[in-house]
Amino acid sequence: MSKQRVIVVGNGMVGHKFIDGIINSDHAENYEILTFSEEPRLAYDRVKLSSYFSGSTVDDLMLTSEEHYQSAGVVYTLNDKVVDIDHDSKTVKLASGKVEGYDKLILATGSYPFVPPIPGKDQPHCLVYRTIEDLEDITASAQESKVGVVVGGGLLGLEAANALKNLGLETHVVEFAPRLMAVQLDEGGGNLLRRKVEALDVNVHTEKNTKHITAGEKHRYRMEFADGSYLETDMILFSAGIRPQDELARNCGIDVGERGGIVIDNFCRTSVEDIYAIGECALWDSKIFGLVAPGYQMAKVAFSHIDGGEEQFTGADMSTKLKLLGVDVASVGDAHARTPGAQTYTYEDGVNEVYKRLIVSEDRKKLLGAVLVGDVEAYGTLQQMCVNSMDLPDAPEQLILPTSDGSAGAAMGVDALPDTAQLCSCLDVTKGDIVEAVQGGCCTMGDIKAKTEASTGCGGCAALVKSVMDNELKNLGVEVNNHLCEHFSYSRAELADIVRVKKIESFDELLESHGNGGLGCEICKPTVGSILASFWNDYVLEDKHMGLQDTNDIYLGNMQKDGTYSIVPRVAGGEITPDKLIVLGEVAKEYDLYTKITGGQRIDLFGAQLHELPAIWKKLVDAGFETGHAYGKSLRTVKSCVGSTWCRYGVQDSVGMAIALENRYKGLRSPHKIKFAVSGCTRECAEAQSKDIGVIATENGWNLYVCGNGGMRPRHGDLFATDLDDETLVKYIDRVLMFYIRTADRLQRTSVWLENLEGGLDYLREVVIDDKLSIGQELEDDMTSNIGKYQCEWKTTIENPEKLKRFRHFVNSDETDSNLAYVVERDQRRPANEKERENHIPTVEVTA
Amino acid sequence: MSENAASSQQTQWVEVCDKNALDADTGVCALIDGKQIAIFYVGKLDEVFAIDNYDPIGKANVLSRGIIGTQGERICVASPLYKEHYDLRTGECLESPEHSITAYAVKVENGKVCVAV
Repeated sequence: MSKQRVIVVGNGMVGHKFIDGIINSDHAENYEILTFSEEPRLAYDRVKLSSYFSGSTVDDLMLTSEEHYQSAGVVYTLNDKVVDIDHDSKTVKLASGKVEGYDKLILATGSYPFVPPIPGKDQPHCLVYRTIEDLEDITASAQESKVGVVVGGGLLGLEAANALKNLGLETHVVEFAPRLMAVQLDEGGGNLLRRKVEALDVNVHTEKNTKHITAGEKHRYRMEFADGSYLETDMILFSAGIRPQDELARNCGIDVGERGGIVIDNFCRTSVEDIYAIGECALWDSKIFGLVAPGYQMAKVAFSHIDGGEEQFTGADMSTKLKLLGVDVASVGDAHARTPGAQTYTYEDGVNEVYKRLIVSEDRKKLLGAVLVGDVEAYGTLQQMCVNSMDLPDAPEQLILPTSDGSAGAAMGVDALPDTAQLCSCLDVTKGDIVEAVQGGCCTMGDIKAKTEASTGCGGCAALVKSVMDNELKNLGVEVNNHLCEHFSYSRAELADIVRVKKIESFDELLESHGNGGLGCEICKPTVGSILASFWNDYVLEDKHMGLQDTNDIYLGNMQKDGTYSIVPRVAGGEITPDKLIVLGEVAKEYDLYTKITGGQRIDLFGAQLHELPAIWKKLVDAGFETGHAYGKSLRTVKSCVGSTWCRYGVQDSVGMAIALENRYKGLRSPHKIKFAVSGCTRECAEAQSKDIGVIATENGWNLYVCGNGGMRPRHGDLFATDLDDETLVKYIDRVLMFYIRTADRLQRTSVWLENLEGGLDYLREVVIDDKLSIGQELEDDMTSNIGKYQCEWKTTIENPEKLKRFRHFVNSDETDSNLAYVVERDQRRPANEKERENHIPTVEVTA
Repeated sequence: MSENAASSQQTQWVEVCDKNALDADTGVCALIDGKQIAIFYVGKLDEVFAIDNYDPIGKANVLSRGIIGTQGERICVASPLYKEHYDLRTGECLESPEHSITAYAVKVENGKVCVAV
């Protein structure tokens, strides 16, 4: 059979999806694929376009590459445009004059931004937001502007506003309708969104109809509105909706809708034989679908039809959930209650700025739609109920009311979902697909993603997919195991017991006696390395331990993105003499190290190359510094306020206690990093309640708080014991930490450990204070033994010529890594970003 | 010790260093013809491997500083930056095959490590 020649006009997200569908199908060899794009690059992710302003590069956004197309045999032409279709001879003509024949023609021409016909709209600095080139224009314009206006307060408009804000402009949104996101939100939701957006310093102007754009007085332009008011700005970004790009079809006798869009049937066929249209250029049932998921569905349907399949496009759920300017917004189904007889339930929490509304059928049996602003946790449940016409519970309001314990409203059991329920709309994955994947052996989200592609698009369905997976695993009676990795069928806590009780002293010994073969991996090696260090505290770079150490530990520094290291000497309690401060300054200056104060009251020096580390540390050690273990899963710092020695309010010597604690526990390897703080009075200036171990002075001694955390998931520490004397305080901390080291999971901070500890805080008190398990003395002895073996790893290393040999970039040359490139910002160097590298700095060529 | 599979046409062996310059179960980086090549010595197998040092995902010359281990039957290094696994025999990136790198043949002769380029 000879190959069918398929031409895809346009290489946007949907055009690419279509091509990808062919390449990955079992019949790929039956097709010869050609594609043309008028843009200078192949398909990229327009949905994530705004991430370009928060650091993503063009490469990050790319959905494919020229190499990939080449290896799959796809013939592509960039910067060229199909200008004519002759459906009698079945050929297309390109702007360049070339003519190509087709068997099947796919129009995936997408859409273009609608710019309202306002006089003055065509001046410089009046831009749109659609392609990477547009983003480049916006960035350039922003450099010459102070104020920016987005025309259009819809989904894309708010995204564009976010971009302008990221570019540092005073940002305004001008909307014709009375509220933001008028298509998706009702009045209540729109009003709350506006309040939240305004709180983020974005000025919102609704019910404004721009009449003219004229020269401004204070700024470049003045936008004059129909109501007589005006707004001055330096740049204008039009984001007032999209229009289907149907010009080619229109000119070539293919039917288009009255208001635009290439008319298609359920198979995505246009009015002309062998020509299909998919994505935002297509008009199905008088509707244009401006979301990527329906476009992907059309791509699938069109290929199915060409390939002899029977799939049909029968419309798409336009529910959306997204984060705009940091505000969670979701809209499901008939958000405006347009269905005759529709009833509504509304929940509004003005204090926490949450708005939720349910739209239900007249008989209150079915969910028709929903609007959620500020808290969208219920989205997955509501969207599924709506799409699958599932029966509502007797009291539908429970779906949006908070429960008394502060958790989200009553979630629907995933068992209730039909197998046909589409969980991932981007990649069209159903509950049935997930269930089948689990039955086929998938038991992690990683497996599920690889097998079904669910959650690999926008990721919005991840939580729902995971609960379906967990539920199915439970149904199958699969016990979710806590085995460390493929090399050990034990949890970290079990391995810690084995190492301690059997006095195992090396990884190889443990792998031999309790492992499953193989060599180990980057999960079990550092974990076991840490356990060995917790109990026996050998030098971590000893030959038998060296290969176990993770990225940072193995060179006793924190590896940065370019492969250089940062250096953090210990500054116990944050107390440092002027002389030592001068040494840090001198060393940083000599080696041109980027210098920054850390959150833990010490100083971080960035940008040291491997071969420079020993010389730098030699100077620091000679000046009396020790390693700060910033690279280890170990005690980091004990932060302190100045306390009673200087402060008018201090009641205890918090700095003295902080230094004593830091020196006691420095170097202690643990399941994760550990942070302490000591405050000298109840004003809590050291923020001790956000630390793993927090100590707050009282008139009578010390209050001890445990298992707090800042960072990603903040948790206040729990008050563990009050008015302790110095000795008891240290005894309790010894016991808590050693118990944590014995029983925690890998990379589990104390906060999560406590939350998962059966019996919780009360149990921990019983173990530590009441010595219920009779291990108190043992825990203290383990700690004493560990502390007795403390060494400054850098001092040991610089005294060992054998170990120092490893600190060079090349084993066979004194040259250094030529790939490093820096630029100066605020008087210090930092790694050049990708754009700066491309523009200014020659990089090393790397062959694949 | 076996030679690793790699293209054998016009093999040119370059002597890099003494074998005893390699610490068991860790890597070093060699500069060969201007190219950075990571060399690993797996003690248990008494075998030496060589792949590109450049991490195409983290975009830095760091692979020699990763942890060596096995994924099933495959001997891999995990990138020290984002932990993707690279097969030491083939250079394949397990998580993202389109980011695979080159593996080079290595042999040890008279105590010297030689890499084919």
